[in-house]
Amino acid sequence: MKVLNKKNIITLVLILVFYSVIQGLISARVINSFYEITIATICINIILAVSLNLVTGFTGQFSLGHAGFMSIGAYAGALTVMNTNSTMGFLAGVLIGAIAAAFVGIIIGIPTLRLKGDYLAIATLGMAEIIRVVFLNMNDITNGAAGLNGIPRYANWLWLFVFTAVTLILINNFIKSSLGRACISIREDEIAAESMGINTTKYKVMAFSIGAFFAGIAGALYSSYFYFIKPDLFGFMKSIDILVIVVFGGMGSITGSIIAAIVLAVVTTFLQSFAALRMIFYALLLIIIMIFRPQGLLGTKEITDLFKFKKKSEKIE
Amino acid sequence: MSLLSVEKLTKSFGGLTAVSNVNMKIEKGELVGLIGPNGAGKTTLFNLLTGVYVPSSGSIKLNIDGNEKELGGLKSYNVTKAGLARTFQNIRLFKDLTVLDNIRIAMHQNVKYGLTSAFFRSNKFYEEEVRLMKEAEQLLDIFKLTHKKNELAKNLPYGEQRHLEIVRAMATKPVILLLDEPAAGMNPNETLELTNTIAQIRKDFNLTVLLIEHDMSLVMKICERLYVLDYGTLIASGAPSEVRTNKRVIEAYLGEDV
Amino acid sequence: MDQFLQQLVNGISLGSIYALIALGYTMVYGIIKLINFAHGDIYMIGAYIGFAVTTYAKLGFVPALIISMVLCAILGIIIEKVAYKPLRNSSRIAVLITAIGMSLLLEYIMMFFVGAGVRSFPKVLSDSLFYISNITIKMQQIYIVITTVVLMVILQFIVNKTKIGKAMRAVSTDKDAAQLMGIKVDNTISFTFAIGSALAGAAGVLVGIYYNSIDPLMGMMPGLKAFVAAVFGGIGNIPGAMIGGLVIGLLETFVSGYGNSMYRDAAVFAFLIIILIIKPSGLLGKNTKEKV
Repeated sequence: MKVLNKKNIITLVLILVFYSVIQGLISARVINSFYEITIATICINIILAVSLNLVTGFTGQFSLGHAGFMSIGAYAGALTVMNTNSTMGFLAGVLIGAIAAAFVGIIIGIPTLRLKGDYLAIATLGMAEIIRVVFLNMNDITNGAAGLNGIPRYANWLWLFVFTAVTLILINNFIKSSLGRACISIREDEIAAESMGINTTKYKVMAFSIGAFFAGIAGALYSSYFYFIKPDLFGFMKSIDILVIVVFGGMGSITGSIIAAIVLAVVTTFLQSFAALRMIFYALLLIIIMIFRPQGLLGTKEITDLFKFKKKSEKIE
Repeated sequence: MSLLSVEKLTKSFGGLTAVSNVNMKIEKGELVGLIGPNGAGKTTLFNLLTGVYVPSSGSIKLNIDGNEKELGGLKSYNVTKAGLARTFQNIRLFKDLTVLDNIRIAMHQNVKYGLTSAFFRSNKFYEEEVRLMKEAEQLLDIFKLTHKKNELAKNLPYGEQRHLEIVRAMATKPVILLLDEPAAGMNPNETLELTNTIAQIRKDFNLTVLLIEHDMSLVMKICERLYVLDYGTLIASGAPSEVRTNKRVIEAYLGEDV
Repeated sequence: MDQFLQQLVNGISLGSIYALIALGYTMVYGIIKLINFAHGDIYMIGAYIGFAVTTYAKLGFVPALIISMVLCAILGIIIEKVAYKPLRNSSRIAVLITAIGMSLLLEYIMMFFVGAGVRSFPKVLSDSLFYISNITIKMQQIYIVITTVVLMVILQFIVNKTKIGKAMRAVSTDKDAAQLMGIKVDNTISFTFAIGSALAGAAGVLVGIYYNSIDPLMGMMPGLKAFVAAVFGGIGNIPGAMIGGLVIGLLETFVSGYGNSMYRDAAVFAFLIIILIIKPSGLLGKNTKEKV
């Protein structure tokens, strides 16, 4: 019942071991800089996919505008780190980017989350387009279509790992709390949830802005790692990229999103020189999953569930 | 002052008046039935009471120990907070969640920790989750669902799904329980169990119950008082024995020329 | 005043094209409640078919239009049978994701085969200009409006006066009841896709001629805007889509003409969000509420 219980300690040790192993491989140059980029992409995509999964998979609100929140984080982060050029500035940029994205998420969420299903999807898509056009036109600050170049690179394996781990832990904690269950009940049956005393608007907006917050973190990390951003990077296609990961892994499964982010990043690395083929592959993947396994790889299950032969009664430690 | 007083409640959709000028009073501890032929406006009245619809006019007042509260126009979740809980005619469980989670979600409104505690798992989080689990298990125990607590709601047999809906409504700690056709589609055995459940709720929780029902034998057997609705208006009220012989009620059910 | 009238002329011709695309969206949505994301890409393929017919087969405007419409109709039927029909009873989100997948598939298959580059359309219509005081009207704009009007009259006839049109209306009101009344639901849905896709194909040819350039991703934005038009008119409502198309066309040209053309896409989406919030059922649509 304490913070330092057995389960948490084991998790912490596993996290540290995982970090050190990859760090060791990087130091020993087993992982070269080419694969390091793949690893960075995986981390950023995990953050994006898990945060979108909270909105779409767990709360059941179909969003096609996640890249819009990512772009807010990316620009806020990039501008902060360019003006400060220090690790502290980088960390501040990540935080500012995340808060800015969450704030916009609340502003956008309150009116649009009254919509349902496909209407919500189109409205969020429209919102992301509006965000993109605004960045495109703020020439003085964002340098318009040409974008920002030469963003100092403070995001490295350490920070990518830290932020990915923190995102996973926090979102997992949220989902397994009473607030998370309230969100899930909205996905299951909004009218019933409302009749059980759940303020559905509040929890939809909460999930949406938490999703935006972490998408903002991912955006800030992206801008600092790849030192170049422009509005077109965060268009409709980017939102689809994230959605593919969530759908492939399973809407409502965090581990599913992690696995999907890894698998798809590896596939993308192999298809690097065939950009058009990559998109054909993505498109076919979406259609085939929806026809033959609409719940995705893991559905709403987590990979850990598969190891429990018979689910014993849930315990709180 | 009655526990629930409905005054001149009216709801119209465009030109159609679904509920018109309904007056009702429900006293603490009563078991009141709401009956009427198909399309009489019973479910609409329920939806007005529980905040699914906003009344066109009239008032719904809840009076708990002298604290009066107007429910008309409140959102459903606020009506639930005020003390009215309901079940649905067409079962609306959280189908893909476990029985336990269905109950815990209904208990959410009384949870006393916020976003920060949830993110960082503060001591408050653990305390509250333990309390929640204990209360949920108690409730499941009382209603004999403990052995099913990790089953998905959709995998329960039909009768148990209806049963779980009632238990889930109980988990919101209501003052008044509204049951929308709880015996619909049940076989005689299941109906008997339902009768026992309702009796148990009233005995153990001292609850007030309002139920819509088609099964006349059930209504006549368990309700203390009845309201009869036809074409959106109340045509009769009183003890089952009185209502049974009321001429207008017989007309409404069997047609004019009887 | 002149500038206003000029924008009006441009807006109407652009709006006609949106209206043609919007009709396909609205008909498909009306019948199977699906936002057919791939619809904008059928329009793109229509443009490429028109391009191929005029460039390689050296045929004129009318044959290009007809061939493009027929081939797009067939493509629409195939897409429905392959991708959407297996999902007839799935969740709407699943079908929507499939539609997004289909859209990507068409775009990138085209990109794979014809390359990402922009191609210019051969001159199949006279590009002579008319002047009414200071307003310029292009011959092509007249063709666009005439073609659109003719196609819409035909569509209205099919939907309101023919047996298959009656079947379409029946299926869109209640699929199960229509089935019980002996209507072949699958055929009716295929037919709806065929008509919608044919109209998109026609729009593709018209746009190719008007803007004189086509590329594999050209369908994305107009597709989305046509969807906005359909929502504005009241999704599922055919006259609504026509009006919606014109309104969106005018909105866009006026924002470009009087404001900043960079903001025209944003203006359309802002407009969408405002409609969805104020009157989600659209101008001519009906309100539906979930039964409790």
